[in-house]
Amino acid sequence: MRIVTWRNLVARKVRLLLSAFAIVLGIAFLSGSLVFTDTIGRSFDRIAYGTVTDVAVRPATEDGDAIAMGINRDARSIPAEYVDRIAELPEVDKVEGVVNSTGLFVIKRDNRLLGGTGAPTIAYNAGSDDPVPNAAGEQIIDWKAGEVPREEGEIALDARSADLAGYAVGDTVRLAMPSDPPVLEARLVGTFEFSAGGLAGATLVVFDDASAQRYFLDGEDAFNVIQIDGVEGLSQREVADAVAEVIPEGTEAVTGDEVAQESKDLFDQLLGFLNTFLLVFAAIALVVGTFLIVNTFSILVAQRSRELALLRALGASRRQIGRSVLIEACVVGLVGSTVGLGLGFGLALLLKVLFSNVGLDLSGTALVFQPRTVVVSYVVGVLVTMLAAWVPARRAGRVPPIAAMRDEVAMPESSLRWRLALALLFGLAGAGAMAAGLWLDVPRPVIWVGLGIFGVLMAVALGSPLIAAPVLAVFGVLYRAVFGAVGLLAAQNARRNPRRTAATASALMIGLALVTTMSILGASINKSIDAGVDREFSADFLIQNVSNQPFSPKIAEAVAEVPGVAQTSPSQLLVFDLDGAQTFASAIEVDSFQEIFTLDYVAGESPSGDDEIAVSESTSERLGVGAGDRVELGFPGADLDVTVSGVYADSNVVGQAVVPMSMVPRAGIKRGDTTLAVNVEPDRGTRTVRAALERAVGDNPTIVVQDKQAFAEAQRAQVDTLLYLIYALLGLAIVIAVLGIVNTLALSVIERTREIGLLRAVGLTRPQLRRMVRLESVAIAVLGAVLGIGAGLLFGVTLQRSFADDGLTDLAVPAASLAIFVVLAAVVGVLAAVLPARRAARLDVLEAIAGE
Amino acid sequence: MTTVAARATDLVKTYGKGHAQVRALDGVSIDILGGEFTAVMGPSGSGKSTLMHCMAALDVPSSGRVTIGDTDLSELDDKALTIMRREKLGFVFQAFNLVPTLTAEENILLPLSIAGRKPDREWYDRVIDAVGLADRLTHRPNEMSGGQQQRVACARALVSRPEIVFADEPTGNLDSTSGAEVLSFLRRSVDEFCQTIVMVTHDPVAASHTDRVVFLADGRVVSELREPTAETVLERMSSIQRRMGA
Repeated sequence: MRIVTWRNLVARKVRLLLSAFAIVLGIAFLSGSLVFTDTIGRSFDRIAYGTVTDVAVRPATEDGDAIAMGINRDARSIPAEYVDRIAELPEVDKVEGVVNSTGLFVIKRDNRLLGGTGAPTIAYNAGSDDPVPNAAGEQIIDWKAGEVPREEGEIALDARSADLAGYAVGDTVRLAMPSDPPVLEARLVGTFEFSAGGLAGATLVVFDDASAQRYFLDGEDAFNVIQIDGVEGLSQREVADAVAEVIPEGTEAVTGDEVAQESKDLFDQLLGFLNTFLLVFAAIALVVGTFLIVNTFSILVAQRSRELALLRALGASRRQIGRSVLIEACVVGLVGSTVGLGLGFGLALLLKVLFSNVGLDLSGTALVFQPRTVVVSYVVGVLVTMLAAWVPARRAGRVPPIAAMRDEVAMPESSLRWRLALALLFGLAGAGAMAAGLWLDVPRPVIWVGLGIFGVLMAVALGSPLIAAPVLAVFGVLYRAVFGAVGLLAAQNARRNPRRTAATASALMIGLALVTTMSILGASINKSIDAGVDREFSADFLIQNVSNQPFSPKIAEAVAEVPGVAQTSPSQLLVFDLDGAQTFASAIEVDSFQEIFTLDYVAGESPSGDDEIAVSESTSERLGVGAGDRVELGFPGADLDVTVSGVYADSNVVGQAVVPMSMVPRAGIKRGDTTLAVNVEPDRGTRTVRAALERAVGDNPTIVVQDKQAFAEAQRAQVDTLLYLIYALLGLAIVIAVLGIVNTLALSVIERTREIGLLRAVGLTRPQLRRMVRLESVAIAVLGAVLGIGAGLLFGVTLQRSFADDGLTDLAVPAASLAIFVVLAAVVGVLAAVLPARRAARLDVLEAIAGE
Repeated sequence: MTTVAARATDLVKTYGKGHAQVRALDGVSIDILGGEFTAVMGPSGSGKSTLMHCMAALDVPSSGRVTIGDTDLSELDDKALTIMRREKLGFVFQAFNLVPTLTAEENILLPLSIAGRKPDREWYDRVIDAVGLADRLTHRPNEMSGGQQQRVACARALVSRPEIVFADEPTGNLDSTSGAEVLSFLRRSVDEFCQTIVMVTHDPVAASHTDRVVFLADGRVVSELREPTAETVLERMSSIQRRMGA
């Protein structure tokens, strides 16, 4: 029995490989995602562990502020005198005060920003000539060329960044600064490398100590962090405990292990998002691939039914037959997973290159192949294949032995009734969940809608043999009218085995349903942005930093001086915990804000006192707080008790909450404007004022002046970028679906060898035969497209409705895109038919009729 | 020599329902004696193939009983029927029905490998010797002539030492020379190995190789002939046809 299985595998290797290809692509995506995120993880780990010293002293930080730290810049520092105090401790070997800051950018020779919105640029002070080593006892920084900056006007860059920006030692480098001056010119005196390997694309800028303190600590003789190297033989904990005795209140002494773990946790969180994002697409690819495998095995079993009947007649049990099919599936899964792993490695390499282009450079880290990646890939690949082959395997076991004696063998088709009942069940449950998510007051409505979408998708896939009938009937009429007998034959072929046609079309259906959903969401988001901007963009200009980093308040002062400017209003983005829930808020100058913008208060009023906050309607509902309530705001360095002054209707102009600007310094956060709104005097031409504004902002390329239109375009561009990325990833599912069509057609052609021979014998020409196969393929592809777009329309509209309260206010259906999808599907159909049609046309008439 | 290897009692097999109902078997009772070569003959539609399928546990009769040895087939479920086919029955089909991906030897050993049994080497060699295929064992079916393929099929039927071999028009697809080879092999296996064989055929020449011919018409046993020759078979057939026509 085993030998039969094995010979079958060898004899049908091409066909099985085609179906294995679906597994190959799915597993490639799966393993590629894992390898890539592991690689990033390794790179980040090396940075995390390579940069920590035995002990660090820093302003006390509560847990859970990881993301907030990227937005809120800590204004707290540690006076320099503590460096000396710590140095006197017998447990301490070396001490170093460190200044660090983000928010600056290197301006490349071509006047563009280095790094852009990718990995951060971080500023450090040069420190002493005898720096503190990392916890492993190694130097953190390795000087490559030139010298350490010691004088004002000197800087050093990491070697890779200097290269990328086009600067060599001795050149004058321009930096866009978050402080004053907005653009700094300095001489590059040295370059260095990071001992721990790559920087994952981050840019490091080193200033002399005094300049670093002037630019980033307002000139105080203080540091952000004090790094300590303990005496040989003491544990990190012992040194930290000793240091903790002498440091001021509001600061903490943490061990290197703790700091490294914190960074690692933060990285893991970010990587988790990326991993999940990529794995979702791997899952989609595998689901679509499942349809392809079910189909291939069904057809292979059907073609072999006579042989299976013979085996039954010779005494093979149902179970033996079923098992032999499953073993075949297992081998296909193993082979597919192996090739997929290899391809996944290539995919990870490709991702590495792609990400280095957007600033996440991993060239310092080799790809990480964890045993877990291999195990997961094989388990998933083999399981998916065997699950998909389960139904065909069961059907194979049910072939009656007597079929061995008959000429024409019909496979025992289980009735469609079960399938349709299941489809109905899924459909009703899905529709119910969707309706509940939309109209009933359920918690987490989006999850309900999501489950509903899954249910409906399953229902359409299961019920497709039935749903397909009318669509294929239309094809029958059309084809007959246009192509005559050939068209009729093609349409009838497509309808001959409704399950097979439907399963093939379903693979395409899933891909297109998701693409359609995404395109409707994308179009709706863009329309909502436009509508929101139209409604709420009441300023003439907005001045913003391209990477949402805060910029110096001096810019607001300069802008206010510009002739023709009537009113300016700055705001700063803040993140804090509002009664424990992370909240993105806008700090505003209340008076000037109200001159330009109008918030629609549904309860209470705008915050006026220092201890007041207003929250948006959705935040109010989410957290159950209303006007007059006392709430606690948790910042990294401070907790503030404030009163809710009012609740406003959700707005894109501000975040989830509004606080007065005076709260920023009290929260221990450095002032810096995120957005500056500008109104122009009515009799001034906006164009002249704009030019003047751009001059006032200076030549800092990080800060842009946008009017309403430019603002909307910038917002739309972000959505479009994400949308194109998702399209590209969903393209994978479409590729698998197309392979499915090729496979099904090729197998159908083989199955109908005798019939094709007959048609040729009675005078069908080769071109006619090719056309027949092509038309059948187009019918399948367009069927998939129609089903997919239909389902996608439903999903897109439902999702838009369920997100309506979260700012997705307007529905837009990109009809032109959808029409293009259908046309593309037809083209896909034609292309998928090329090889099967050629094969059919090449059949030798005599041999085909002779059969066997 | 006189044991009953298989017995059919009042076998009825109907297809379809209502007016469209066809009675392929209409109360057939027959004993197959051990060690005998029995032919079942009859015109097209006489029910001879259906009778064989029912007796060979490939099809289930509408009513009536089939016993193989002491076992009543109607009491067996699918699994037991499978084991029955595997252990006690052998088949030779009209359309050879070899597995195209296996060599001749692998095809011959297939029933044993399905059952997970080791071949009895001595017996195997005798069977191979009898079919005269020793030099063809590594060939695939498409590398062999029809007669060779059918002899492989015969060897496959015999190798598991079944109690009965059922042959369904084994010479139907063969020219007369190849057919004669196959028939003489079947004859030898009855004479030398005491094999019980039931063969469905419509060829009087093929029937003349057997010990006994049972004639079927319209789903009933209408006649029987012992020690047949081609002439006596032909004569009996035409007399049956005349009667049917009348």
